[in-house]
Amino acid sequence: MRRAVLIAIPYVWLLALFLVPFFIVLKISLSDTALAIPPYTPTLDFSEGWTGIKNFFSQLDLENFVWLTEDDLYWKAYLSSVKIALISTILTLIVGYPIAYAMARAPEEWRPTFMMLVILPFWTSFLIRVYAWMGILSNEGYLNQLLLWTGIISTPLTILNTNTAVYIGIVYTYLPFMILPIYSSLERMDGSLIEAAEDLGCSRLQAFWLVTIPLSRPGIIAGCFLVMIPVIGEFVIPSLLGGSGTLMIGKVLWEEFFSNRDWPVASAVAVVLLLILVVPIVLFQRNQQKQTEAEK
Amino acid sequence: MSRLSWFNTVSLTLGFAFLYIPMIILIIFSFNESKLVTVWAGFSTKWYGELMQNEAFLDAAWVTLRVAVFSSTLATILGTAAAYVLVRGGRFFGRTLFSGMIYAPLVMPEVITGLSLLLLFIGIGLDRGILTIVLAHTTFSMCFVSVVVSSRLVTFDRSLEEAALDLGCSPAQAFRLVTLPIIAPAVISGWLLAFTLSLDDLVIASFTSGPSATTLPIKIFSAVRLGVSPEINALSTLMIAVVTVGVIVASLVTKRAMVRQKQDEQAAAQVE
Repeated sequence: MRRAVLIAIPYVWLLALFLVPFFIVLKISLSDTALAIPPYTPTLDFSEGWTGIKNFFSQLDLENFVWLTEDDLYWKAYLSSVKIALISTILTLIVGYPIAYAMARAPEEWRPTFMMLVILPFWTSFLIRVYAWMGILSNEGYLNQLLLWTGIISTPLTILNTNTAVYIGIVYTYLPFMILPIYSSLERMDGSLIEAAEDLGCSRLQAFWLVTIPLSRPGIIAGCFLVMIPVIGEFVIPSLLGGSGTLMIGKVLWEEFFSNRDWPVASAVAVVLLLILVVPIVLFQRNQQKQTEAEK
Repeated sequence: MSRLSWFNTVSLTLGFAFLYIPMIILIIFSFNESKLVTVWAGFSTKWYGELMQNEAFLDAAWVTLRVAVFSSTLATILGTAAAYVLVRGGRFFGRTLFSGMIYAPLVMPEVITGLSLLLLFIGIGLDRGILTIVLAHTTFSMCFVSVVVSSRLVTFDRSLEEAALDLGCSPAQAFRLVTLPIIAPAVISGWLLAFTLSLDDLVIASFTSGPSATTLPIKIFSAVRLGVSPEINALSTLMIAVVTVGVIVASLVTKRAMVRQKQDEQAAAQVE
């Protein structure tokens, strides 16, 4: 009896506040836009019982989804979000892997300090960390001042409000998500395996490529998913560091909702975004479950 | 391996420089006299003074703090229960759905979570304000708590619980006297995680807050959109300072707890 209550409380909470809201989004994405409060007319009306459901299917026109395919803003935004997410995931991996590797090779008594140094920015406000780059990357910002002063450039570079700034912002803010899983898989690795590979005639680079990389694969996979999935729907970074040319779907959804007040279209955007994310999310969960079971 | 190779030293140095220099610049320029944030004009603390007089920021900070305390406490209770059920609950109807609902919010884009919760609150006619932000924050941060707590539950020796049950404890007593003290560090770090997630959240709060309740990130975001300002630098410095002190204290406390636990375990082994 107690067990049932213990299961039921978090279960019901998540059903009511996580799963049910998705069905509401789905329902509103099928509604018509209206100039009213709330600004949509429901096409699915449960209060009319069966006739309501029958009406719903006879009137179902998916017009918001048709609208998404007709206006090329939307599919361009989806494509560019996926592209930005893929590129920045690879960049984060390239930046993060050497750090994780060096941490795992560091003397044991230093490791907790390094861990803390990686985790600390993660606890600091995301918004503030993105904001810090606005002052660095602007035309009269610190980076341009430094480059002008050293004579590397003669005219300031335009970085803020471009995609480059977005990439820098993503790599910076998501770096701990990449470092931590890779570090934890590298730390568990048995160092004698490398020695064995080298004894058997591998060069250091070969040993790294043939032994270290495969053994850290679970960490790499987890890190890449942890970066890529949230970045696809990212809103803060493109809206603060990106420019008018930066198309990302999270920003489109936000503007559709807050500026255009078009709830049905915003909901349709969310539904399509979710469909794009289902594949990586399911793969990520499989990976996590396999990991947890391997640890048991 | 006692020493770092030059390659590892270089990657650590560059890596940590990349992570910390932006924040250090932000902190330095919060003490800048000039209103022009990119030109140094001498040391001053006047922006901190102005910040303390800014009623809108202070109100928002108070709302944010209340939301964070309530939502992280609720999330810790719900998340710990969820972790316990997932790790110890055995099989029950809809377990796969349940674990899916625990993991999905971790990677769900915030815009979707925010939009869907807003549509729910409007659908059931709940006025947007502090209550709705608390509900929203509890929902996504309980999943983070549950992941942190379940990773501790997985590693701990179950026979300790069974021994307590054999010695006449009720399941609730066994949980309170044996399980809870052992998983306490994870529960505390789960609470801290939930607390900072709530303090930090802009997107979900923007969707679920009403005109009566503006949180600090919402205020910062609308100020920052207009550009860099020394007052925001000062506010950021204060927030960074609070978090740094909090994280260091928390890690010292958990380290001491772990050392003590190890000593207890060794003592127990000697008695046997």
